[in-house]
Amino acid sequence: MNILKEIKTSVVVTLVLLIICCGIYPLVVFGAGQLLFPKQANGSLVLDGDGKPIASTLLGQTFSADKYFNPRPSAAGQGYDSTSSGGSNYGATSQALHDAVKQRVADYRKANNLPDTQLVPGDAVTASGSGLDPHISINNALIQLPRVAKARGMSEDDLKKLVDQCTDGRDFGILGEPGVNIVKLNLALDGKFK
Amino acid sequence: MNATLGWIQLALYLGLLLVITKPLGLYLLQVLDARGRTWLDPIVGPFERLTYRLGGVDRNKEQHWKQYTISMLIFSLVTMLVTYAMLRLQALLPLQHLLNPQGFSAVGDHLAFDTAASFTTNTNWQSYGGESTMSYLSQMVALASQNFFSAAVGIAIAAALVRGIARHCADTVGNFWVDLVRITYYLLLPICLVFAIFLISQGMIQNFKAYDAAALTEKETIQVPKNDANGNPMKDAQGNAITVPQVVDTQSIPEGPMASQMAIKMLGTNGGGYTNANAAHPFENPTPFSNFIQMLSIFAIPSAMTFYLGRMVKSPGHGWSVWAAMALLFLAGFFICWHYEAAGNPILTQLGVNPADGNMEGKEVRFGITNSALFATITTDASCGAVNSMHDSFTPLGGLVPLFNIELGEVVFGGVGAGLYGMLVFVIVAVFIAGLMVGRTPEYLGKKIQSFEVKMSMLVLLVLAMDILGFTAWACVSDWGKAGLNNQGPHGFSEMLYAYSSVTGNNGSAFAGLTASTYWYDTTLAIGMLIGRFLMIVPIMAIAGSLAAKKLIPAGPGSFPVSGATFTFLLIGTVLLVGALNFLPALALGPIVEHFLMLAGNKLF
Repeated sequence: MNILKEIKTSVVVTLVLLIICCGIYPLVVFGAGQLLFPKQANGSLVLDGDGKPIASTLLGQTFSADKYFNPRPSAAGQGYDSTSSGGSNYGATSQALHDAVKQRVADYRKANNLPDTQLVPGDAVTASGSGLDPHISINNALIQLPRVAKARGMSEDDLKKLVDQCTDGRDFGILGEPGVNIVKLNLALDGKFK
Repeated sequence: MNATLGWIQLALYLGLLLVITKPLGLYLLQVLDARGRTWLDPIVGPFERLTYRLGGVDRNKEQHWKQYTISMLIFSLVTMLVTYAMLRLQALLPLQHLLNPQGFSAVGDHLAFDTAASFTTNTNWQSYGGESTMSYLSQMVALASQNFFSAAVGIAIAAALVRGIARHCADTVGNFWVDLVRITYYLLLPICLVFAIFLISQGMIQNFKAYDAAALTEKETIQVPKNDANGNPMKDAQGNAITVPQVVDTQSIPEGPMASQMAIKMLGTNGGGYTNANAAHPFENPTPFSNFIQMLSIFAIPSAMTFYLGRMVKSPGHGWSVWAAMALLFLAGFFICWHYEAAGNPILTQLGVNPADGNMEGKEVRFGITNSALFATITTDASCGAVNSMHDSFTPLGGLVPLFNIELGEVVFGGVGAGLYGMLVFVIVAVFIAGLMVGRTPEYLGKKIQSFEVKMSMLVLLVLAMDILGFTAWACVSDWGKAGLNNQGPHGFSEMLYAYSSVTGNNGSAFAGLTASTYWYDTTLAIGMLIGRFLMIVPIMAIAGSLAAKKLIPAGPGSFPVSGATFTFLLIGTVLLVGALNFLPALALGPIVEHFLMLAGNKLF
């Protein structure tokens, strides 16, 4: 077998495949995406009155005030840094994880006026894998609800309706877990979404 | 968490996988036949013929196993050089404003070598965060190209091995170039096109604009390290880093051509994420539905390959028996992982965390415990390595499952092609053991299994064990090895063991706390990947050539049946036995001892 000929074939076939797999194919997907699903293809952005982006409904943000539903702890950068996605990567016997969770449990109980014996939802005191999780569990949202209602002077019933509207259920009623999208919810509370 | 719905999702997953296995397998029979007919011929045929003409490929001429292997090695080398060069030249290539709007600089030398080796070998280990390192051009061409190529190479090698088993008195095993082109054009591209558009519909991005700056509702002040004039972090008299407050008022939202790359990342069991968080990132895996289809796409081709095997060797029962062995190993792994993740971490329970929520550290709310455990099992059964949750933060035994899956050789459905050819090595070992037990020359589908095939099979298994354990041993007695750890104690050892298991198995998932973007880690991991890929493929191709040349002997009363429950359980036993003998001692030092420490709860690291 002629090695030089094999090298030539390699180079030519590589070039042809590059043009098709890495030129034509992504451009076709780009065109189809922009045509069929432009909102999703461009990052599911929420725009303000001037057309400037203020959030993506898929990416969590820091909302620490009492008048907002607080997101999960985040290990992305110094918190919800979307150029630095990732988890804490602490193992089960990590001292750092233990100390962080201990502090978060105390903070969560204090912020929401919970007794020291009440169990805290797991998602409220653990960092997500992406550090950008836009969701909190329904249980977590319901515990925060009275605090937010009080800070805003809203009735809890009205707020509950809004929480329900911003809840992403299981797909087809089966797949995944339901979660409250706090980006949509908090922006809706400020009148910036929908 | 709802256990009933968990069971329903599992049943739905396995059921759908079973349903697509036969039609996709039938399609594979046509794709992997140089003269096969598919309904895509009118559209794709002209491109296929043009590619052969430009490349000087004679589609009717088959290759000897050595020629086939050399063609594959040359192709892999050429494409690896292309990837390496493009990463090194990232800041100089044309159309910077369009394809590198963030102005990312060149990828450093050892990181570029590690990444090029990683994507060429279908590993997709990543020592970098994609959204802060790679330009759109690098993602779309340098990396995504290897997602296609390495997947096609894997399937081609498996097809050559299956032909070797199916043929007799033959001296060729197919034509590498024809296999490569047909797999890419007829199998990978058409499925990816539909898959990518589906992913966009769920929320995945596909654009070429610069990152968006979203004005945050709540500004926050963070402390960042202060650098001196040379860009080095400054320290005070006590040696502590000096920090300065910085107001964060925008969120930089990553953009780029993600969907086209993520479709082949999953379908080709590559697993290399566009972002650092991989399929945990809301853009890369926006909904539970996208998660479900991504999980299905990992197993789709490997599962269909077992059907291809059965049809090619004219023993459909053999193909299904191999499928059954894979499915049972998959279920066993999932149940263990699911159980321990759902049980949660007792150390956190003591702090007041609700144990009913399971171990949520490193997991996304939309996937929860069930879909995180399911994804982790699937991605490591296969050589995919995409993650939708952080394996580093799994409970010790929950994290043992992905680790052990990789160490079994990723033969549970496995990587595209790689899973089948890896499993066929275990089939040869199983048949050999059965032959020894009854004192007859072992036979496999009418071929005598002789010392050459057994030697080559053992070589594959020895390379697997030595590559993993050798490098792990080296790292854990070296300063560079320990310097990269994110966790101490047994979990730190697990991080190193997982890294070298992952690269040897060409998986690419990680106990991601490990800081691997250092000279020593990048280099040893890259060498580990190349050994794990090519030192396995060469002996496997030798087996293919040797089996193809053998004479067929008629089945007699002493032939060992390779279909049915006895064979399936013998195969499972062989896989587990080899895995346990090789790796239990190392696992005992890592996840197993950590499990007991977690239960005791009085020693933290």
